[in-house]
Amino acid sequence: MQPNLEPAAPAAPVSLKLDAPGPRQRLMELLPPLNVLGPLVALLVAGAFFASQTDRFLSGQNFSLILQQVMVVGVIAIGQTLIILTAGIDLSCGMAMALGSVVTTKFAVDYGIHPYAAVLCGMAVCVLIGFINGALVTSIKLPPFIVTLGTMNIAFAVTQIYSQAQTVTGLPDALTFFGNTFHIGQTSITYGTVLMLALYLLTWLFLRETAPGRHLYAVGNNPEAARLTGIATSRVLVGVYMMAGVFYGIAALLSVARMGVGDPQAGQTDNLDSITAVVLGGTSLFGGRGAILGTLVGVLIVGVFRNGLTLMGVPSVVQILVTGVLVILAVATDQLTHKKG
Amino acid sequence: MKAKHCIAMGLFASIAGVAGMSTAADEPVVGLITKTETNPFFVKMKEGAQAAAKKQGVKLLTAAGKVDGDNAGQVTAIENMMLAGAKAILITPNDSKAIVPAIKKARDQGVMVIALDSPADPATATDALFATDNFVAGQMIGQYAKAAMGTKPVKIATLDLFPGHPVGIARHNGFMAGMGMAGVDAKTTGLAKRADVVCMADTYGDQGKAQTAMENCLQKNPDITLVYTINEPAAAGAYKALTAVGKEKGVMIVSIDGGCAGVRDVKAGHIAATSQQYPLKMAALGVDAGAAYARTGKKASGYVDTGVTLISDHPQAGVASKDTAFGTSGCWGK
Amino acid sequence: MDTPDTIFKARGLVKRYGGVTALDGTDFDLRAGEILAVIGDNGAGKSSLIKALSGAVIPDEGELHLDGQAVRFKSPIDARRHGIETVYQDLAVAPAMTIAENLFLGRELLRPGVLGRWLRLIDKQRMLTEAEGHMRDLKIGIRSMKQAVGTLSGGQRQGVAVARSTAFAKHVVILDEPTAALGVKEGNMVLELIRRVRDRGLPVILISHNMPHVFEIADRIHIQRLGKRVAVVDPKHISMSDTVAVMTGAKEVDDLPEQARA
Repeated sequence: MQPNLEPAAPAAPVSLKLDAPGPRQRLMELLPPLNVLGPLVALLVAGAFFASQTDRFLSGQNFSLILQQVMVVGVIAIGQTLIILTAGIDLSCGMAMALGSVVTTKFAVDYGIHPYAAVLCGMAVCVLIGFINGALVTSIKLPPFIVTLGTMNIAFAVTQIYSQAQTVTGLPDALTFFGNTFHIGQTSITYGTVLMLALYLLTWLFLRETAPGRHLYAVGNNPEAARLTGIATSRVLVGVYMMAGVFYGIAALLSVARMGVGDPQAGQTDNLDSITAVVLGGTSLFGGRGAILGTLVGVLIVGVFRNGLTLMGVPSVVQILVTGVLVILAVATDQLTHKKG
Repeated sequence: MKAKHCIAMGLFASIAGVAGMSTAADEPVVGLITKTETNPFFVKMKEGAQAAAKKQGVKLLTAAGKVDGDNAGQVTAIENMMLAGAKAILITPNDSKAIVPAIKKARDQGVMVIALDSPADPATATDALFATDNFVAGQMIGQYAKAAMGTKPVKIATLDLFPGHPVGIARHNGFMAGMGMAGVDAKTTGLAKRADVVCMADTYGDQGKAQTAMENCLQKNPDITLVYTINEPAAAGAYKALTAVGKEKGVMIVSIDGGCAGVRDVKAGHIAATSQQYPLKMAALGVDAGAAYARTGKKASGYVDTGVTLISDHPQAGVASKDTAFGTSGCWGK
Repeated sequence: MDTPDTIFKARGLVKRYGGVTALDGTDFDLRAGEILAVIGDNGAGKSSLIKALSGAVIPDEGELHLDGQAVRFKSPIDARRHGIETVYQDLAVAPAMTIAENLFLGRELLRPGVLGRWLRLIDKQRMLTEAEGHMRDLKIGIRSMKQAVGTLSGGQRQGVAVARSTAFAKHVVILDEPTAALGVKEGNMVLELIRRVRDRGLPVILISHNMPHVFEIADRIHIQRLGKRVAVVDPKHISMSDTVAVMTGAKEVDDLPEQARA
């Protein structure tokens, strides 16, 4: 249908000319960037604070270090963000990652499978867990919290049994590639951190610019509306859990690269850590609203605090306290600025 | 009235007597409840218990919490074992305080309860404790480090467990006492610190978290020369962080546990020395005590130190140690 | 009652739910360019009728004809493909998304070429421009298509939902209780909007409990009672109270004067 391009009638129909947006509406219009702005300001303030307390904080090398330390949870948090955008949640992410890393390393070391194939196998396991999660959520309509609680335990048990709770060592070099570094000036940067940043960028584009990305938001914001407008909500949901599985598989590879071993005990707190990052980044746990770049900021906030507090010699229990306070502040801010119109 | 009483008592006594006789004829039942099913430390414990049970002609029941910290699962296990007729229960408590009521109930029913590896809180809640002296374990590696560092500058990083855990505190303080710090003993409640401890960070016993902790400590103090680690996975993480900045040769790492993977790390030179503990011995002694109690009614009591051995391939004068070959023969895990 | 300008008709629709017969041989006619209100008491089969017309429910018996052709709708999306758009009572909008996005929800405009076909990249500029156009056509005065629908008032949101249906409808627009949740001022706004939809050449089926509103804009009124169509009346020639009486059964259709029928 072509838009009517005739000049609008001078006597505008008073009954339908709606009031000019009031100050509150103007503020709301500005809000989408505010979503990420709040956490970003918090991050910069924290950074400035630590820089003032210790001269070891503000350096390229230290920032590169922080990026390395957060890269595994950072990539897991991408998957978690996508799932939370659909008003779901994934408690099994860390255990899936651990299982993927154990599968990859054991396949490569014990069975001599080519490293690239072993990596794909590990990723396939993570995607399979994602598929199971998505299928249970859509077909039996179980709440994601319950489903992923179950798969979390299953994945944990399988990992322990398969690895016999032993770390896998003696990995071929190809598996630890992403732990290798290159130099820019004095600073050494890990390939894994570059990969993490690239993945955030790609996901940002996906969510903003593609139809499937927008459908994710719609399903989280109003699943009935999505369904009635022809979006295949079941397919979207299963797809998002599987896509998250891909990210968990990549995180598994980064974990292996960073530690140099396949560790079956890894990832046990990653589910809560990734959810914390998503919440700190301003994404709503109710779905339909949030920014992937906010998650990146959230991940960095946690990493900066941990690094900064250690540099200051503050006991790590304080870091736990600070994280808790930040989470409450983040959720409260989100609630206050997004009162349902 | 009196006659009826007599007959009733007589009947009752004979039934009880028959019942008593029939259970005495069966094997005595001893239960072992570990923290988790899969940790190699407890796998070794179970092995030791099973071997000892066979030797003693005792029936062994085993159970475990679902995860580290699962108290409810252990309480259920105690109840089930009591129902199954266990005379003695050996337990590594997930939550040293919360398990006490369940232990008391068992002891009130005449079951002997022995804590393995870590005590209940209060320690007297159990009949006995068979465990590593974690303070001594730390002390040994502290003494070793002091001797081995010699005149080299000492800048210490401690990679601890997590806030408030008694084992974490005992090992850390033992290390500091071994390093010659005055006024620190097994009763000290906080983590001991002195001027040459430039960084203290928590690892939760996890390799990945230990790596992060070590990296941050090195960022804070690039000239750290000595690293105390709560266990061998933490030591592995610390070693990885050191290699990333090329410092692995110049920095000494000491640890505790004596798992087979850890002993391999000592052999490879990643860890300078580790205190080896003996879960197998804990369990075996526990089963023996259980069998003795079931048969003779004699209860075990007090604290039995199941021993720690310092393992190192570079012995230091004045500090007793054994080499990695010995360590490998007695190690747990794979 | 077939007239040459009948767009959408149904004959003998039957729908049973277990032991309950919701539609008992209902007929229905919609003429080109009209606003047809459907009224009926609870249990009259009003919502079942609308669901059958919009594809949400498949009738057990009966037939539907659209533009002279017999049709069967397997789902609401199927009906949509035939050019029938429905605006549901709860509007089916995603409050956190913008007006432009809601307008094209599920039918996003993709970029030309590979970008659109393979990468499914959205043509945001085109969506914005076209959204502005649709809103302007209906003379809905919202300034920015980038506003989140959740920040709009009830009437404005209704405007967005109506604009969406008008943009894509080829034959019929169905509105389910469009003024139910609105105050007086906004309710009138929406009525004006419905007139504009009709003026663009789309016939409108309007379900409503609000008699004053029905009488204000409907060209004809379909009265549903006990699973059947009992009458179609002309609001210009019948009183509100008589209409309600027929609806509740207090008055018989045959008691009405000839000119009241439409």
